[in-house]
Amino acid sequence: MGTIIETNNLRAYYITNAYGVERTVKAVDDITLRIQEGEVYGIAGESGCGKSTLLRVLLNAYDPPLTVVGGEVVYHLDGERVNAAEMTDEQQRDLRWRTISYIPQGSMHVLNPVRRIRDSFHDFISAHRDVTKSESFALTANYLRDLGLPEKVMASYPHQLSGGMRQRVTIALATILWPKLIFADEPTTALDVVVQRGVIQMLKDVQQNEGSTLVLITHDIGVHANLADRIAILYAGKLVEEAATQTILENPRHPYTRFLIESLPSLDSREERLSIPGRPPALDRPPSGCRFHERCPLAKDICKTIEPALIEIAPKHFTACHVVEEELSHASAV
Amino acid sequence: MPQQSDGLKTPPPAPPRQNGEGSQRLPPPDSSGGARGVLLQIENLSKVFHIRQGFSSQEFHAVDKASIVIDSDKPEIFAVVGESGSGKTTLAKMVLGMEAASEGILRYKNRVINDISSKEMKTWFYREVQPVFQDPFAAFSPLKRIDGYLFETAANYKMADKKEAPRYINEVLSEVGLTLAEIAGRYPNELSGGQAQRVAIARALITKPSLIVADEPVSMLDASLRMSIVNMFRNLKDHSEVSVIYITHDLATAFYAGDRIAVMLRGWIVEMGPTEQVLGNPLHPYTQNLKNSIPSIRTSDAWNEKIDLAVIETDEYTRTGCKFAGRCPAVMDICHDNIPPSVQHQGRSVKCFLYEDDGAPTSQKVATPALG
Repeated sequence: MGTIIETNNLRAYYITNAYGVERTVKAVDDITLRIQEGEVYGIAGESGCGKSTLLRVLLNAYDPPLTVVGGEVVYHLDGERVNAAEMTDEQQRDLRWRTISYIPQGSMHVLNPVRRIRDSFHDFISAHRDVTKSESFALTANYLRDLGLPEKVMASYPHQLSGGMRQRVTIALATILWPKLIFADEPTTALDVVVQRGVIQMLKDVQQNEGSTLVLITHDIGVHANLADRIAILYAGKLVEEAATQTILENPRHPYTRFLIESLPSLDSREERLSIPGRPPALDRPPSGCRFHERCPLAKDICKTIEPALIEIAPKHFTACHVVEEELSHASAV
Repeated sequence: MPQQSDGLKTPPPAPPRQNGEGSQRLPPPDSSGGARGVLLQIENLSKVFHIRQGFSSQEFHAVDKASIVIDSDKPEIFAVVGESGSGKTTLAKMVLGMEAASEGILRYKNRVINDISSKEMKTWFYREVQPVFQDPFAAFSPLKRIDGYLFETAANYKMADKKEAPRYINEVLSEVGLTLAEIAGRYPNELSGGQAQRVAIARALITKPSLIVADEPVSMLDASLRMSIVNMFRNLKDHSEVSVIYITHDLATAFYAGDRIAVMLRGWIVEMGPTEQVLGNPLHPYTQNLKNSIPSIRTSDAWNEKIDLAVIETDEYTRTGCKFAGRCPAVMDICHDNIPPSVQHQGRSVKCFLYEDDGAPTSQKVATPALG
């Protein structure tokens, strides 16, 4: 299986200039990643770490002040290499929803409140395919049945549905044209655990039935653990660690990832858990060197000045940390 | 609606109580303490909303006969969990006096709150019971300096005179791990979510309350800040003698912080007891369902089993029998038309036909309202 989407040294900044005050927020800074066809790729990080910005650039759906100042996003579609920045509007329209789809957060604001669900589906399908109303209703009914959603959803208005059902309808809407590449932005965030589980199951079903690629963005490591094949950890606009899900959970190396995983409360023990000291940095003036050094208990002098590179510390396990790097070079020297 | 068969047994039968009118004439107890006894006691508290569809109107019990007792002897964190639309927030609003109860009695420090005068609500009750809400940035006006809220609250409740105020506020802020210098003159947007939530909690602490009602206080916060707030509640309980009603949909933090827990489903408290027992060995099928649904980093394989979700939000509320019958894996015929009683079983109360009252004394301490 090949790569379906890649970024090379991608930098996307918010550049504003209000009343002569220039401000540059480095939300995505030098990110290189390869997402394989058919995998579930998780992107984790706190709010303000740049994950939603990264998503927008990956979707090629951004407007100023967000500007790509360096690097590129490349799609690999049907053996063709397409640079996102060079696509025409026509090409983009053609690609969107049919090939590349997006499941937004907050399904309440996505569905048209004054149209029945089936009409929303019709609006959506008819924009991309030449179908009559009855054809699109039939298509919708079939698809909802495949996904195990009850038929009475079709005639309901969005506000009548429960939060979980609404989110699942949104997922169905985003995937009804069988896209190859699906982006999901915090698809379960506002939901409670039982509903969240239902939504995750459905995402899994959609992804597995069609063998499509799912890029899952959420801050919830628990969701990643149950869905993602690989996880990338973002911190302050930087990719700090990337590995297979199991590796990230069992053997995280970057101090930030370790904090993130160790601070998760679980039902196994009520022992006191430490929280990460400090707060995420503001990205208009990110810290020098390693962006985590101000909060890192292991920080050394080098971390304050030199930015660590993302290195492969084990097969397919990448991390950007001077301390880990040093440990490794010691180990190999012995 | 057939609600009459509902035999709620929590808390254990209290001594014959007077009606609201009678107890109102009681002399006000010493507001400084109530050294022994009951801090908060709610009995069969209900909130009924009406949904109108055309000409028909439907009753909708957002909270249905909830009974909870919190003792004042030893501060505790009482967690209330449940999915969205389970009535958690309505319950919180009633406890806070923001929403009038449709039925039932709310007692605080042995005084009936339902019909207390609005003046006394302001001078006494709001001082005792303070809220913390979900979104700290929505709680503070973006145009006002954040320390102003602290000074205002201190002045309104006469907690300190003008000269004393900065010292007093600094003292309160230190309980939440901040200093006045850190936040003085700053606007909410200059603070991180965790800091703003700490200030919101500090504001609640200004009146030296005996109970804080925290409605989803960490769900807007980042993973790395979440635990610091939950840890803070644990500290407050241990060191500042404040009880906390911690409302959340996050079972993991409820387990971590809560001493006791109530699990809510569509307005009902379906299971209530010590957290370790309720979440360690859940009895009610809904609690079991909840527990199995926590996306843990270790339970990935348990997730293969399919679960049912409610389709229409209000469907379950208007069920005649058990509200969980529609998606319960252990559903029996009796569940569809009859409301299960709350029984004491294995040291907790559980509202399910699967269990019989085992007569064992609950770990919940017997409430003895000092009335009459």
